[in-house]
Amino acid sequence: MSDELAIRLRGAVKRYGQITAVNGLDLDVPVGTCVGLLGPNGAGKSTTMRLLTAQAIADDGEIEVLGFRLPKESKAARADCGVVPQLDNLDVTLTVEQNLLVFSHLYRIPRAERKEAIERAVQMANLDARRHDKVDKLSGGMRRRLLIARALVHRPRLVLLDEPTVGLDPQVRQELWALIDALRAQGTTILMSTHYIEEAQRLADTVLIMSHGKGVAAGPPAQLVAEHAGREVLEVYGPPARLAEVQAEAAEAGLSTRRTGTSISILGVDENGHPFEGERRQANLEDVFVLLTGEEIE
Amino acid sequence: MAARAETQRIGRLERSALTGVLVREVVNFTSYWKASTFSSTVEPTIYLLAFGFGFGSLVSRVGGFPYVEFVGTGTVATAVLFSSAFPAMFGTFVKYKFQRTYDAILAAPVDTEELVTGEAIWIATRAGVYGCVPMIVAIFFGLDVSWGMLLVPLIGWLAGLGWACFGIMIAGFASSFENFNYVVSAVLTPLFLLAGTFFPLSTLPRWAQILGEVNPLHQCVQLVRDAVFLNLSWVDLLRAGYLALFALVLWRIAIHAMERKLID
Repeated sequence: MSDELAIRLRGAVKRYGQITAVNGLDLDVPVGTCVGLLGPNGAGKSTTMRLLTAQAIADDGEIEVLGFRLPKESKAARADCGVVPQLDNLDVTLTVEQNLLVFSHLYRIPRAERKEAIERAVQMANLDARRHDKVDKLSGGMRRRLLIARALVHRPRLVLLDEPTVGLDPQVRQELWALIDALRAQGTTILMSTHYIEEAQRLADTVLIMSHGKGVAAGPPAQLVAEHAGREVLEVYGPPARLAEVQAEAAEAGLSTRRTGTSISILGVDENGHPFEGERRQANLEDVFVLLTGEEIE
Repeated sequence: MAARAETQRIGRLERSALTGVLVREVVNFTSYWKASTFSSTVEPTIYLLAFGFGFGSLVSRVGGFPYVEFVGTGTVATAVLFSSAFPAMFGTFVKYKFQRTYDAILAAPVDTEELVTGEAIWIATRAGVYGCVPMIVAIFFGLDVSWGMLLVPLIGWLAGLGWACFGIMIAGFASSFENFNYVVSAVLTPLFLLAGTFFPLSTLPRWAQILGEVNPLHQCVQLVRDAVFLNLSWVDLLRAGYLALFALVLWRIAIHAMERKLID
């Protein structure tokens, strides 16, 4: 079973006029794993998510979700998917329970199982005490939990999370991570897009780094770090003029660097034998991310 | 090999998908029914009182009926229009653009065709019920009760279905709320006045009469009068057929417009 794919994309292309949002993307999500789509804004993560529910139709390439070919068989795939959108689209004048009731119908839960499914979702969202409150009375974190529970009401085999914690405070983020981690532990397949590196590092079994609509690197986070950034990184601080000098010198010495804003990070300094002085630290996924997706903001 | 679910290939216009869309509307209705019922009741009543008594004091009989009864049956179509085309236009736009409700629904096993159909059926049903309000009010002002009145909710439903699809279509083509002004001023207001609601079309010039005949709202007015006054004939079958055709054509265009809007 482990080599089965819940999602399979080959050469997927999606254009919007002049802009190519997804540009020949390959993506494998094996059953029972959590895959993180990591990329800067505009890398094509959200468009990829929309392709998977056939809310965007690819111009080229092959897309399979849970064994169904998209867009033709998309409805059958959607029946077994849970989608957590980036933007909250709960019915705000309805109560927590009513929102779940509506989705228990949209996801075709048989009448006999409906009550239990709603109850399970209420517990999962930890909203037992607020079940009869209208959504517009809930805090941002509660709404987000409800949004996730709503996507799980029919126990989908595959869950698509589009930037699940964007714009939330750290406490709420941790709470949601626990929720997603529990889901992962139950064996649900997850595809999660994020631009928070820590989120991908904590939750994803494998990460696909996206840039300009393409995958630029894929693998388990630790392996990506080892491959692209080495074990250790040297952090050199100084005034901007000095940082520019350091960057030039490192380039001459054949070392990769990246700017962090306040320092220059010199990658691949595992062995001694270079003239730089600074603070050593462990290489991390952020180093890989910036290295592969570029430093310039477009 | 990829994992394949037990689920069979799912067809078009499935009952369970329509039910899902309808359940959402019904549950939502429980949170706003008071306001919507209030406006749907008060508005036609005001028309009835204003025209019925305002004009009614000048003209006692129109088209062979006491004026209050003429207007009371005519404003059924007004109520149907107001509770279908307008909520369809504004509601669809809000749900698509601001609440992003349709994004959530289309992520579930529901297609645009089912979404539009479910929404239209719901709006038509509401219009069929609210359409009866002016007639009921008119009963208090002397309109005789007849068995033909039982047909009025059905006529309202059929006409409401067409106007609901019309509204969804406009929302599908519109890029902003302001676009609706053109439709209201250039399409709905003329059709509303050319429907034979407040005065018979026979008083108008020939070209206006012809325009009136192709106006679905006028056909709705005539059907309601023929049903309430028990004057039904084979012509009314044609009128009903015309309303069904109107609904069918706009239903397909509305689906097309919303697919363009919702699916990239």
